[in-house]
Amino acid sequence: MGTSANLILFWTLAAVIVGSSVLAVTARRMMRAATWLLFVLIGTAGLYLLLNYHFLAAVQLSVYAGGVLVLFIFAIMLTSANGDRTEPQDKRRIAPALLTSLAGAGVAVVAVMKQRFLYGAPVEGDTEINMKAIGTALMGSGKYQYLLPFEALGILLLICAVAAILIARKK
Amino acid sequence: MWNFSVVTGWIDALLHRWMGATWALVAEFVIVGLALLAVYAVLALALIYIERKVCAFFQCRIGPNRVGKWGVLQSVADMIKILLKELIRIDRSDRFLFRLASFMVIVGSICTFAALPFDKALHAIDFNIGIFYILAVSSLGVVGILMAGWASNSKYTMIGAMRSGAQLISYEISAGLSLLVIVILSGTMQLSEIVEQQADMWFIFKGNIPAIIAFFTYIIAGHAETNRGPFDLPEAESELTAGYHTEYSGIQFGFFYLAEYMNMFIIAAVAAVMFLGGWTPLHIPGWEGFNHAMDWIPGIVWFFGKTFACVFIALWVRWSFPRLRIDQLLGLEWKILMPICLVNVVLTSILAILI
Repeated sequence: MGTSANLILFWTLAAVIVGSSVLAVTARRMMRAATWLLFVLIGTAGLYLLLNYHFLAAVQLSVYAGGVLVLFIFAIMLTSANGDRTEPQDKRRIAPALLTSLAGAGVAVVAVMKQRFLYGAPVEGDTEINMKAIGTALMGSGKYQYLLPFEALGILLLICAVAAILIARKK
Repeated sequence: MWNFSVVTGWIDALLHRWMGATWALVAEFVIVGLALLAVYAVLALALIYIERKVCAFFQCRIGPNRVGKWGVLQSVADMIKILLKELIRIDRSDRFLFRLASFMVIVGSICTFAALPFDKALHAIDFNIGIFYILAVSSLGVVGILMAGWASNSKYTMIGAMRSGAQLISYEISAGLSLLVIVILSGTMQLSEIVEQQADMWFIFKGNIPAIIAFFTYIIAGHAETNRGPFDLPEAESELTAGYHTEYSGIQFGFFYLAEYMNMFIIAAVAAVMFLGGWTPLHIPGWEGFNHAMDWIPGIVWFFGKTFACVFIALWVRWSFPRLRIDQLLGLEWKILMPICLVNVVLTSILAILI
């Protein structure tokens, strides 16, 4: 794909992500905030697709859009009624909030600009990583392979699941 | 064997002769998108007609028989009717989410449909992660259903959405684990390669016992994922009017209806691709003449034949079994189906290492 087409896609996705993020924070109804968050997550998956990292895009969709967000929506459905709105934001908070977010954005921009990227052009990603390569990297025990962290995270998640059931169970 | 790369290659060359590379690509996106949407709509109409006819025969009726010969134009007439209907605005509903929900459901369904391999080279996009992409994108529909139930501001839709959320999330696990068996057997997630590997024999035959178990667990989980009987609790009409889409009218209801039928088709198509060899003909090792005769039937006929066979199973099950209760439904998944699937994955891994 041409560089210009790539840039158009990137800026469209970026606009969707930024716009939805702002709306997710400012929405007065919880359900709408969750919906805007969904668009942010889908947009991020789109960025991964643009970078040809299909595996991460699919993981993003199935874990965040299909898993975490569904849990959010479930929680909102169970705890609040349809007409519920959050309190309007305190006017005095605007200045500190703006300052904090600008500082955060500044740190991120400086970090990105200072980073020297391995493959040169950061916009074009032509190398699709093979699923087999990802699989062997995750499951191998050699150098640059991640079997131990993978298993450790698996056990951590299992502990979380067992603990959640234990808390939810009534004696 | 003749395949569609001749046609697609010709169109590609033609577009490149007329315009630059980028614009040719854009034009191809548009053409592929329109073709997929057209096939999507036509298949949905066909499925609605098939469902009504098959249901009628199961119940010893005739079914639609007035519009056109044997009533074949019935669903076209229904489509025109639904397009002309008024979109009712629900009082005190969240209008934005109400509208968005029907689109979410159908977008999830179309994205999944677009990645199916219909024939050799007749495949919109051949991801390296193929089957994982299909599982990931189809989970977007759940959000749409939950949103629809919430935004309608009605107790029936709310209960329907809660049931459907619980059901879809639970049965996604079994469906994923069943497909994992085939991924283990084939060693790849790319759909075209999975199909190619079944050219000598389909996975359901050469995958020993695990593949057969996985086929049945996938079919059961698939029926549950498409909200169809005996698992149609989210829209149990005797208790919840119509479940999560009670408040919808006109084409917005049409979107839910279309997505439901097409999800049934997609589940059947994935079953056909993963277990029954997709567009590869039936081959029996040793029977050279038979294999050669089978090669004469085009791949697209094989694909749709297998898919509609699986669709027929779905209809057969729907009109034969009574509806489950919600606790029975979730018990079936978590206590029976999922343990079977997990044991099956372990069994497949052991067999894959041994053989």
